[in-house]
Amino acid sequence: MTVKAKLFSYNLLDTPIHELSGLTKLICFLLLTFAVMFSYDIRVILAVMVFSFIVLKISRIKFSQIRLMVIYVLIFLVTNAVISFFFSPEEGVKIYGTRHNLVAIYGGMYITWEQIFYQVTKFFKYGSVIPLGIIFLLTTNPSEFASSLNRIKVNYKAAFAVALTLRYFPDVQREYRDISLAQQARGLDLSHKAKFKDRFKNALMIIIPLIFSTLDRIELISNAMDLRGFAKNKTRTWYTTRRMNRKDFIALAISALIFISTILISVFINHGRFYNPFI
Amino acid sequence: MKDLFKVSTRTIVATGLGAAIFTLLFMYVKVPSPIPETSFQTAYGLGAFFATLFGPIAGALIAFIGHALSDAIQYGSPWWSWVIASGVAGFVFGFAFKRTKVELGEFKGKDILTFNIIQVIGNVIAWVIVAPVLDILIYSEPVNLVFTQGITAAIMNSVSAGVIGTLLLIAYAATRTKKGSLSKE
Repeated sequence: MTVKAKLFSYNLLDTPIHELSGLTKLICFLLLTFAVMFSYDIRVILAVMVFSFIVLKISRIKFSQIRLMVIYVLIFLVTNAVISFFFSPEEGVKIYGTRHNLVAIYGGMYITWEQIFYQVTKFFKYGSVIPLGIIFLLTTNPSEFASSLNRIKVNYKAAFAVALTLRYFPDVQREYRDISLAQQARGLDLSHKAKFKDRFKNALMIIIPLIFSTLDRIELISNAMDLRGFAKNKTRTWYTTRRMNRKDFIALAISALIFISTILISVFINHGRFYNPFI
Repeated sequence: MKDLFKVSTRTIVATGLGAAIFTLLFMYVKVPSPIPETSFQTAYGLGAFFATLFGPIAGALIAFIGHALSDAIQYGSPWWSWVIASGVAGFVFGFAFKRTKVELGEFKGKDILTFNIIQVIGNVIAWVIVAPVLDILIYSEPVNLVFTQGITAAIMNSVSAGVIGTLLLIAYAATRTKKGSLSKE
């Protein structure tokens, strides 16, 4: 059990994307992801994908930063594609209402063009969200993130909980590793050699100290915050809020345009969420 | 009833730190299951534990933030339908708040039963109803696939919340001072 993932490996670079305020990036991220989540039109999806790769390029994110993520995503997409096919090989036919058989496989089952089209669309649909998320995560200052949440009208207490999570995740991670190493030094086997039941029990031997030390810490932090008068007022201000400038409005306008055109294409051109090339 | 939704500083801090542990467990302490894309998540045991101690708001936010964050770190983007379902599960777990005597140092028979009934209801609502329906609405996934995944998730998360949650609550109860433990000499 190695713990090496870095949370928000954010680094400050001088690019137009880094210059945008956290609020702008959050709204753009939500608009664009909702656009691709809604649409099943491969043309829209590919357009958004190309757009997000351009933005990825502009924000100068290196491949080495995101390699692990890309591997995870590919594994996810491939398993999803395989199991969707086995669970529902006729999904495409159901959606598009036509049938063009390509190859017959075992037992009267066919691979249809509709199914392939549906799955390819889905593949890109899920894939196209990933660069957006990566851009958002890697170019946003974590402490600015909480203030952005607050500014899209998320209650500041909830925003503060998010800020605390981001602040304490590295601490919890370190503590988890310390406890895990300490227990292993005492002879606790966490490797694949141990039996399933033992591994389960051994995992618990790490979780319990971790949780109880956290409970102590909760008391400590909440007392400190209470003493400083946290949550006495209905609103609060943030150190890290940035003013919106012209670039922010341009970015917002572009994202809103993409979002609205996706909806319009679905309503007026496709008459639904799916683009149907078969009729 | 009103007490159930009270948000104090302690609730917020518990939410923040709880979500951090949730994220960690969600990413590293899980056992894969035979049904693809589902695994035995120890994180839900922790979620149920925190929800019982701090209430539905904390429970919902811990699961929501924790799940969204671990998805974001691993995949770059959260899988919203399941993230929302996690939040719903955490919220329902929270109804065990103040229904058990765990804060008074007692967690036996009837309390264990109460806790487990609530967590099973929460898991069923979240994974058999909310997650598959949102998967179909948001992502148009095949119906039988998402329900198979949902039922598996409900069973495994119930086991996780049941076993780990119960054990944690028993351990926690042991650290509390029992009611009436002082006697006059």
